[in-house]
Amino acid sequence: MNPVQDLIKSLAETHGRKRENLLPILQGVVEKEKYLSEYAMIEIARELELPSAEVYGTATFYSFLEHRKMGVYTIRVCKTITCSMKGKNQILEAIEEMLKISLGESTPDGKFSLLQTNCLGWCHKAPAMLINNDVYTELTPEKVREILKQYIQPTQN
Amino acid sequence: MAFDTYLLKRADFIFKNENDWEKILDRTLKLPPNEIINELMSSELKGRGGAGFPTGLKWKLTAEAPADEKFVICNADEGEPGTFKDREILTLVPYKVLTSMAVCAYVIGAKVGYIYLRGEYKYLVPELRKAIKEFEYFCNEVKHDFRIKLCLGSGAYICGEETALFESMEGKRGEPRNKPPYPTSVGFKQSPSVINNVETLAHTFTIFKYGAKKFYDLGVQYSRGSKLFSVSGDTPIPGIYELELGMSLQDFVNEFGDGDTKAVQVGGASGFLVPRKKFQETAIGYKGKLSGISLPTGGSMMLFNSSRSMYNVLDNYLEFFREESCGQCTPCRVGCQQLYNGIKAVKRGEKPTSYLDKLLKLTETMKLTAKCGLGQSVANSFSSIVENFREEMIY
Repeated sequence: MNPVQDLIKSLAETHGRKRENLLPILQGVVEKEKYLSEYAMIEIARELELPSAEVYGTATFYSFLEHRKMGVYTIRVCKTITCSMKGKNQILEAIEEMLKISLGESTPDGKFSLLQTNCLGWCHKAPAMLINNDVYTELTPEKVREILKQYIQPTQN
Repeated sequence: MAFDTYLLKRADFIFKNENDWEKILDRTLKLPPNEIINELMSSELKGRGGAGFPTGLKWKLTAEAPADEKFVICNADEGEPGTFKDREILTLVPYKVLTSMAVCAYVIGAKVGYIYLRGEYKYLVPELRKAIKEFEYFCNEVKHDFRIKLCLGSGAYICGEETALFESMEGKRGEPRNKPPYPTSVGFKQSPSVINNVETLAHTFTIFKYGAKKFYDLGVQYSRGSKLFSVSGDTPIPGIYELELGMSLQDFVNEFGDGDTKAVQVGGASGFLVPRKKFQETAIGYKGKLSGISLPTGGSMMLFNSSRSMYNVLDNYLEFFREESCGQCTPCRVGCQQLYNGIKAVKRGEKPTSYLDKLLKLTETMKLTAKCGLGQSVANSFSSIVENFREEMIY
């Protein structure tokens, strides 16, 4: 068995093989693999005895279940109204400039991907972004650069 | 004016740290289920997610539905632009929500409860799991057979719609079902289910602790109790505030505005925009008030001052809707795209200004024919912005 098959099998063991366990399994694969490859979706379908079209249809419905390869760190900048009013574009520009990528792209080393997302629920502390599951709020271009630095060069212990 | 005498009143129940939840739970679980339902009914608590269905009635209908298996579900898929109160409740006072879920389970006869948490709040999971574990331990001690499971969403606004949420929990695309049947008879896994917003459950805790009268005495007729408001936009004091229902928008703006507020969006992207000239006559509360305009809200209050272009605001909302429409029904799927492209075409001068009237007609169609609240509510923000700020849409 290859690593993806192993992963899917162990996720199915943990969560169960019923249809209602599909989402946690998809989420588990995205967490490890950083996306759902066609191969992974077919393997999940096989493991849960579902039509692969159903797995694909469900997976592509949710915006956090990526089906193209994402970086180790996915940056999602909130673009909804308050964040937009409070300088979301400057935040995006700062990230683009620092990582040398455009919105929707990943860095060549596969470390970062940059996306926009709908309301993150931090409107009172706008602008906000997620890096994987971690929230950063009240951003300024300077603050964003400081945050990214920590991700680019992990602090030495 | 009907609201002249009414001033903004703060309340402080939800975030008050109560150390005696174990006692409250134990005490409430000893009451007959009917008594608990009556207490909720007499408090006149209505759902705090925005729709405003009487909570006591929801529990009663589910309790009376004949079935072997029932569920209690906490809707923590808070995705409405401008809303962030549920996250704060789950962060600061999760045990209130858990206690209410356990009481609800007792009342309706459920053994399992679910919290459906939006993917954007995944960082809350470890703390929440810890709280659930501690809570279940206590449930065991008082011999209340109840377990709580955590379901995580994956970035889909529509999953906050209750039937779409069930679909998502069942491992499918989050597409709303036809209603009726309502969740009280056919819910998660086709079983009768109570599905309540996080804040609603937090309020029921207040009622269990202090009694229905305490809650009923807050607010105004038809809009009883207090409510959390998520205040954002052009305000010097953005944040979460618990206020009594029924205040006029003017009082709200006096308190939270920056002195230059030209409009307030009540209820998020799916709500209504109120221009300055209507602040005085508009009250915040559920429908059914005898005079004036009464706007229901899930709590989102976004303030805009005169430096803002209402065209940009509407453009942002429509972009949100066209991305978040589940695509199942044509009025919403195509309608959202048409509205989005339509206002851009008018702005660029590619369509005559009278095209705005055609778009307004389209929102009427969407309101009548869209399958769920998402497609229907696009009409709210669209028509209230276009009608009140028409010139900003054109020039």
